[in-house]
Amino acid sequence: MSRIAKSLTIVALAASLAACSSVNLDDKNANGANGSADGSGVMDPFNPNSPLAQRKSVYFAFNEYNVTDQYRGVVELHGKYLLATPAQRVTIEGNTDARGGAEYNLALGQRRADAVRRMLTLLGVPDTQVETISFGKEKPKALGDTDADYAENRRADFAYKR
Amino acid sequence: MKFDQLSDVLPLGQGFWSRVRNTLALLTVACLVAVMPSRSDAQLKVDISGVSAQQYPIAIADFSGEPAGVLVAEVIRADLTRSGQFRLINATGAGLTVDTPIAFDEWRSKGADYIAYGTVSRLADGRYDVKYRLSDTVKRGQLDGIAFSGTEKELRRIAHQIADRIYEKITGVKGVFATRIAYVLKQGSTYELQIADADGQNPQVALRSREPVISPSWSPDGSRLAYVSFESGKPVVYVHQLATSKRVPVANYKGNNSAPAWSPDGNTLAVVLTRDGLSQIYVVNATDGSGLRRITRSPLIDTEPVFSPDGKSIYFTSDRSGSPQIYQVGLDGGEPKRVSYNGGYNISPRISPDSKTLLTVTRRDGSYRIASLNLATGAETLLTEGRDDQSPSFAPNGMQVLYAAIQGGRSVLAGVSSDGRVRQTLSVLNGEIREPTWGPFYH
Repeated sequence: MSRIAKSLTIVALAASLAACSSVNLDDKNANGANGSADGSGVMDPFNPNSPLAQRKSVYFAFNEYNVTDQYRGVVELHGKYLLATPAQRVTIEGNTDARGGAEYNLALGQRRADAVRRMLTLLGVPDTQVETISFGKEKPKALGDTDADYAENRRADFAYKR
Repeated sequence: MKFDQLSDVLPLGQGFWSRVRNTLALLTVACLVAVMPSRSDAQLKVDISGVSAQQYPIAIADFSGEPAGVLVAEVIRADLTRSGQFRLINATGAGLTVDTPIAFDEWRSKGADYIAYGTVSRLADGRYDVKYRLSDTVKRGQLDGIAFSGTEKELRRIAHQIADRIYEKITGVKGVFATRIAYVLKQGSTYELQIADADGQNPQVALRSREPVISPSWSPDGSRLAYVSFESGKPVVYVHQLATSKRVPVANYKGNNSAPAWSPDGNTLAVVLTRDGLSQIYVVNATDGSGLRRITRSPLIDTEPVFSPDGKSIYFTSDRSGSPQIYQVGLDGGEPKRVSYNGGYNISPRISPDSKTLLTVTRRDGSYRIASLNLATGAETLLTEGRDDQSPSFAPNGMQVLYAAIQGGRSVLAGVSSDGRVRQTLSVLNGEIREPTWGPFYH
């Protein structure tokens, strides 16, 4: 049989192209430490002794996203501060435990953050002051896989930015 | 890498592409040398268990000529073995060259219905010439024969391509040994988006970050990856051109941006945004993120979209029934239809290339398993039996499923045949492998 194509060339095109260069984000990680250190009654989220810094987390049950009565006080504390400080913005960061898929947990963490935001809205805090985001299961505070670790990670945090 | 056809007739029109590819080859080789660090630290351990319902007995003789011929045969054997569909017949000391007449009766008496053999020779410019043939000892004739040439680094890929040809000639299904996979390797606090050959070898770093990277998704032509990176402090969807490392944020709205999925034509990305409240599904232009359009409207979680192979609908995860289940909705809107009913937790839908089977991650007795759902009959098969099996994806021929499993407390790459009979794990010595996803056919 006669050869039709004498010399064909095939290349691991995308494969080798993929290797060309890689993007390194390591260097972006400069983090400034924050804060003064003073009295414990001060309503200042950037003061580590302030109640706003000490009580910044709302915890949730497995696969749940409703804010229980136990944490209503935490949300009210921050709501009061935000109402009194309209220029200060806050991000509510939702988290989940490690069980289940990354994307579903991202959505679940968002739902937890959103539950906190809704409560702030009811307290009169304008939506423009609040952003909600989720880390899903990607940024666990507790690294183990005990029930206590899981419970610690089912959480929404108030995170303030200067 | 190039090949000459030894016997079969090739389709017309490949000559042009061969020249294009040849030109690109030179460019990429230069680029490789300049930038790519070698990654010898990523050693892999492969464990295989189970066998397929039908196994084809085949002998793969060491290729004669250069010592590299042994490597080529070993890669082919490893590929075919991992599929679970082949049983290797010992061919030690066969001493076959590509031109040796095959003693069909002798190989049949050893139990081999097929024999693959060949010769590797070194060219004047240092490149290798790999000639291979596949013979059928029952029909007493040659099934395939082809010659490739390439550099030493390309020998593994040539071997994968030969394995693909053997697989297709014998099973009638296109092989996936020369395809690639993507996954996230977490080592300490570093996340690397890596691309490797389908056997886990030859890993290369596309992105390195101190912040999480999740949900990598291959464009249908294999040239781009979409993924979610937390590098800006929150989830943002990027499209990353592998050839140039050029990255474009295609969804960076208020709140979360996640779960990218490509339309079959590669023009559109489905994404999940929380800009209007809870997680909802939208589509954007895959090139620049323009043309935002909302697809789902529920007061609850809608996430993890995947396009149906015909591009007309999207499968997704929603908790609108009170627990996460899989739904399907047309791109033109309409009422979503529930697809999964078994158990109280079904997430991460993946549709087979023939549209007949849906994979999910299902929660059973506190464990997360990969389930395979026959969409016509509703019959479900649990493909895996791990504690936390996640991120399933089909091989482009639909015959195998790649996923992440926990082994020895760490997350590793795992594979299972689509019928659940053959399982394998590929573990790296250090680090956790997450979010694996199988790339398209080799182009």
